[in-house]
Amino acid sequence: MNLEYTPAQCAFRAEIRAWLAEHVPREPLLSFDTEQGFAEHRAWERTLHSGRWSMVTWPRELGGRGCDLIEWLIFEEEYWRADAPMRVNQNGIFLLGPTLMDFGTDAQKTRFLPAMAAGEHVWAQAWSEPNAGSDMAAIRASAIRQGDEYILNGQKIWSTRAVWADWLFGLFRSDPQSVRHHGLSFLMVPLSTPGITVRPIRQLNGHTGFAEIFFDDVRVPVDNRLAGEGLGWQVAMATAGFERGLMLRSPARFQRTAEALRDLYLAHRLDADSDPTLRDRVCGAWMDAQAYALSTYATASRLQKGGHIGAESSTNKVFWSELDLRMHHTALEILGARSEIVPRTTGQHAALGNWLDGFLFAQAGPIYAGTNEIQRNIVAERMLGMPRS
Amino acid sequence: MDFVFNQDQEALASTVKRFLMTEMTPELIRELWATPSGRSDALWALFASQGLTAVSVPESHDGMGLSEVEWALLAQTYGYFAGPEPLLDTALVAVGLLNGLPADTWRDALLRDIAAGGARVAIAHSANPYVSDAHVAQVLLCEHQGALHRLTPDACAMRAVESIDPSRRLFELDWEPTAGTRLASAQDAAPLLARALDHGALGVAAQLLGLTQRVLDAAIDYSAQRKQFGKPIGSYQALKHLLADVAIRYEFARPVVYRAAYAIAHNDPQRALYVSHAKLAATSAAQLAARHAMQVHGAMGYTWELDLQIFMKHIWALSGSWGDIKFHKARLADTLIEARAPIGPARTFELAS
Repeated sequence: MNLEYTPAQCAFRAEIRAWLAEHVPREPLLSFDTEQGFAEHRAWERTLHSGRWSMVTWPRELGGRGCDLIEWLIFEEEYWRADAPMRVNQNGIFLLGPTLMDFGTDAQKTRFLPAMAAGEHVWAQAWSEPNAGSDMAAIRASAIRQGDEYILNGQKIWSTRAVWADWLFGLFRSDPQSVRHHGLSFLMVPLSTPGITVRPIRQLNGHTGFAEIFFDDVRVPVDNRLAGEGLGWQVAMATAGFERGLMLRSPARFQRTAEALRDLYLAHRLDADSDPTLRDRVCGAWMDAQAYALSTYATASRLQKGGHIGAESSTNKVFWSELDLRMHHTALEILGARSEIVPRTTGQHAALGNWLDGFLFAQAGPIYAGTNEIQRNIVAERMLGMPRS
Repeated sequence: MDFVFNQDQEALASTVKRFLMTEMTPELIRELWATPSGRSDALWALFASQGLTAVSVPESHDGMGLSEVEWALLAQTYGYFAGPEPLLDTALVAVGLLNGLPADTWRDALLRDIAAGGARVAIAHSANPYVSDAHVAQVLLCEHQGALHRLTPDACAMRAVESIDPSRRLFELDWEPTAGTRLASAQDAAPLLARALDHGALGVAAQLLGLTQRVLDAAIDYSAQRKQFGKPIGSYQALKHLLADVAIRYEFARPVVYRAAYAIAHNDPQRALYVSHAKLAATSAAQLAARHAMQVHGAMGYTWELDLQIFMKHIWALSGSWGDIKFHKARLADTLIEARAPIGPARTFELAS
């Protein structure tokens, strides 16, 4: 155990800190769930790419820096410390990217990864269907093979970023006789393909962060399939592992919120102390954000020594999503009667003064990327070995 | 940056675990409960034979010269088996105090004696309203108005108070400080007593981690065996979620305790904050574990017969020792709120500057 950063790690931190100080936009960008905000965030991805900061964990030849997980944590800490814009291409960077590196052919890697790193292709997810939510193996959208193409029919829903994204990835039933998690294939599809209709879904916050996607005889080349036909479930599970496991929500995000919460409390202290539990909850926010950070450093250290991520993917997801809710609840209680007022700031998160926006987004945390009920089942069954129901 | 234990540390903990699994059984704990002293010199000698009393004693004094990082694992293991003997108070806290005192014939002899298993030491510290294990101590290190004194058992009157946890043996002491008993003035003793508190709280936090795992294991086993409505009760989602919540609290308490151990070992300027965080996180995990383990056991969990009570009572009793929850919350708030310590991302390991 050695909890000192190496000189190289310190130099890396200094480098990204200096770059961000120079490049992070002075004014917060509009929400990427608006057309203009989406364009602004895509431009920011290009700026990041120009500094070779868009995909730090990717290999150098793909536009990354070959960072290990500790360096990734340092990058994330500096990124959140600088209040830099949210990552519009999160689906690509953290979900599809690593999956492509594991399962893609060389041709697919060359075709998709550099464009993803450069912000040219922004990716949407297409997992859920109206009758396949927590029960993802109930997927019905079909991909029927015809020569060198699949013909896609069916419907996807809750597709994050689909309103303005360029591409989608998701699971389709390529064997019509199959049931459950057999016979599914993982496909990558341009959203501009004829036969695709995207219907934006207006969210709680008024924005269209996700959409329904309808497929009507959509023709997709077989080359757009990741891994073998019928092996989609295994690929998707690997993606879900990355998502929940480590990279979906870095601890720095919650450390930044905990810090902003502490400062909000201090700024309103005279008023806030009329509820003596608020100070305790503010301290609790720091404790839990710190615990998540320490746990992630421990996981990263273990993975670097060849360990594997297991059910801690699920413990992480439950822990950070419920922490995020608690922090935003506490902030709104500090703001009290003023908390219902929508701030004039365009910033998308708490540190930029937008507690209300963060509060709304935090409501979704225990639902997306596998509900917390499903995660608790996974913890109980896979980590604790309790019997399946 | 490498936040894992090394192979030697893991191997040491696993050796101790195998040893305690054989020796520190619930049956033995119940036997000890029934004895007047609640303690066993034979058991203490066994601990010494495994090197457990010598962990923090410097190699120059026949000890192992290991650090708080090793203790984080060892105390966790000791907690898993709910060891009632004052191993942490003697071998971690008292040895820490002695290491901080200037070399002296009696001090050097006592350190050697502790390493060899010949002495238990009790500590009267302002963090604790009662003194644990004064009745079996060869030496008592006592705080009085901030100064540190050394007493022999015959120099103080002891009155036993009863803990809900029969593994705990607590006493009120009555004694007269004299120039002859004084080891360090209030000024000199302050850093020593602060370190003792951090050692004590770390030892308890790590034991609480072990106890959390123990009651969780018990609840998992019971939920697999006990059937209702024709199925193991552990197959029902309501119970799964009770225990998943314990597992989650436990997973996020562990690294906090390990980080605190490292902070003490490396004299981190913010070690008090890290230690209070560790004590709070471990207490919260352990209290939740006790509550949910009891719920899973149903009425059986409320019996004297079931060994679960040994571990739950140890959790309840230890939770308040070496700084209770309100003490550690206040100490943490002093740094985070009153002193406005710089926090936030990029401050995971450096809160000081």
